[in-house]
Amino acid sequence: MSNHYYHGLAKSMMFTIILVSFTPLLIIALLAGYQYSVAYKGKVVAHLRELVLKHDQNVDSYLKEKIAEIQVLADVEGIANLKSEARLEALHNSLLRHHRGDFVDLGLVNSKGVQVAYVGPFNLRGANYAEADWFKNVQERQVYVSDVFLGLRGVPHFIIAVLIESKGEKWVLRTTLDFITFNKLVEDIRIGETGLAFIINRNGEFQTTPRKDLIKEVPFLKELAAGKNEFSGLARRRASISTEINPATGHETIFVISSIKNGDWLMVYQQDVSDAFSDLNQARNLAAVVILLGGIAIIAMAYLMSKRMARKVERSDLEKDMMNEQVIEAGKLASVGELAAGIAHEINNPVAIMVEEAGWIQDLLEEGLYVDDNEREVSRALNQIRSQGTRCKDITHKLLSFAHKIDPTIIRVCLNDLIHEMAELCEQRAKYANVNIETSLADKLPEVAASPSELQQVLLNLINNAIDSMDPGGGDLDIATRFENDVVAVSIADTGCGIPKSNLSRIFDPFFTTKPVGKGTGLGLSIIYGIVSKMKGEITVKSALDKGTVFTLKLPLAGLELEQDENSANSGCVL
Amino acid sequence: MLATILLIDDEQGFVDTMSKRLSKRSLTVYTAYNGQEGLAALAKYGAIDVVVLDVKMPGINGIDVLKIIKTEYPLVEVIMLTGHATVESAIDGMKNGAFDYMLKPCEMEELLAKIKDAYLKKQSQETKIYEARARHIELRRGD
Repeated sequence: MSNHYYHGLAKSMMFTIILVSFTPLLIIALLAGYQYSVAYKGKVVAHLRELVLKHDQNVDSYLKEKIAEIQVLADVEGIANLKSEARLEALHNSLLRHHRGDFVDLGLVNSKGVQVAYVGPFNLRGANYAEADWFKNVQERQVYVSDVFLGLRGVPHFIIAVLIESKGEKWVLRTTLDFITFNKLVEDIRIGETGLAFIINRNGEFQTTPRKDLIKEVPFLKELAAGKNEFSGLARRRASISTEINPATGHETIFVISSIKNGDWLMVYQQDVSDAFSDLNQARNLAAVVILLGGIAIIAMAYLMSKRMARKVERSDLEKDMMNEQVIEAGKLASVGELAAGIAHEINNPVAIMVEEAGWIQDLLEEGLYVDDNEREVSRALNQIRSQGTRCKDITHKLLSFAHKIDPTIIRVCLNDLIHEMAELCEQRAKYANVNIETSLADKLPEVAASPSELQQVLLNLINNAIDSMDPGGGDLDIATRFENDVVAVSIADTGCGIPKSNLSRIFDPFFTTKPVGKGTGLGLSIIYGIVSKMKGEITVKSALDKGTVFTLKLPLAGLELEQDENSANSGCVL
Repeated sequence: MLATILLIDDEQGFVDTMSKRLSKRSLTVYTAYNGQEGLAALAKYGAIDVVVLDVKMPGINGIDVLKIIKTEYPLVEVIMLTGHATVESAIDGMKNGAFDYMLKPCEMEELLAKIKDAYLKKQSQETKIYEARARHIELRRGD
């Protein structure tokens, strides 16, 4: 078979191996990867949410605690006490002692906004807060926590103010909280490279110092705080999460937003998605590398394996072909042996005649050459010897033409010639079996593509089988050729015993024989089947018990490219 | 020896030459070219002592001819003539009552010797039959 076939075989094997090994690998990788990433993202997001929730609670409780402190002071101490700076200082000192310096200062502001009493590191006694936001706000709300601002002192701080009503007069107790301590509450949240948290007010102003410069994000944050962008809905709830493209960095960013201080402030945590899920991405890259390497290994293995398999198949095909040749050769030997037995007998006849003639000549010589017409008799005997010798030669030549080594080369063969040859070869045998061989060969039969020596064997085997089936008793053997449907068909019909239906399907099986042990190998028809299949021909059989059997052989026409058989070229194909 | 023999063989040339040579050796020779003719000749010429019979012939083969001869003419001796390939059938013929078998091509002397033995055997059997018959007649006379 052609190299092309084995290439195709190797290719299809390779693709099958690759497909079969890749499909589960990819399915597992995709499914597991998807599951893992979903689970991991869920964990990360939940973690971030927890973190922000915890911190917004921290901040809220920090503020509430401080407010409560001040409210306690305001409730317990009367205005008179608070007006006294000594008392105020004592209170402040106590606060400082127990709160590690959270309370920077403490002051009492009258209804006109003038600070009447003050304790703290700044000289703010008599400062007028009438125009300050916090002062206005506290008048309405009783308790007010300001945004972070620089104020009069030029340092970021924020104020807790509590309104005290005493004898119809309104006072405000105010304290400044240490910004740095407060800042730490939020600054502590840092995860990965880009994860950071900060607090902004409703104007988008930073209430804490972000860990890194976020100037570029200010417009975006302002919009966010003002409720003008798509987060506005989120901003009202606690720890809501969204993933957006950060306009400042252009990266996909996770935002966790929580409103604190009764919605005045927003705690914002932001982290680049790539950073938040960096472990996931690492795992994904690792998986990709593993799949890539695995894929390369699979492809290499598939390639090598299919190559090796194809080579093995090729080798075994070669061996099979060789075996087939040997079987055919063996079958041929068997038929030659059978033929030889018949032919030995056939040769014995002319030889016997020659021996007798020679003896006769001797008899005549003893008698004297010139007695009667002995001389003529001697010359007749010599002629007889010569013609019998020629007969011997013909027989041996027929045998030789068949017995030469099988050549499986497929060439153009003239079937009619071949049939004539074989019919002649079997004539003698047929005669003794009382079989009458008739040939009805089609005129102008096209040449077929076949190996002549193999085809000879096929015909000889079929003719021998036919003769066997009519032995004893004899019958008619019809060999007919015809050209129909673009194939050349040969039918070999006998009037023998026929083949029982139960055997009909098995006759082409190797070693199937109905002959007694030692008489037939059971290989004849199986060899024929092999030969005919190899020539891309077809063999069919029809049989009726005690009526006869017809074997029909269909052979493909010879293409133009085939060489012509020397023998048939000389004799021509038209008979 | 003046035996009368019948040659049955499908090879005409063989039969003709053989008959000439045997005639030269003062035998009376009849010929037949197949089994049917041979049986006809046997019926026609009653005095045939020995038949030289080819095994392989078209039509009725030698073995069948032998069987018919042995049933119809039990005293006639048959020498089977065969090619190597059919030695088995020749032996088969012996089992069916042939006197001996010979391989083709055959030596004249050998064939003559065999014919002579067969002839003698036939004669001795005929003699025995005569004697038996004579004794039978004697016994009949005796009672």
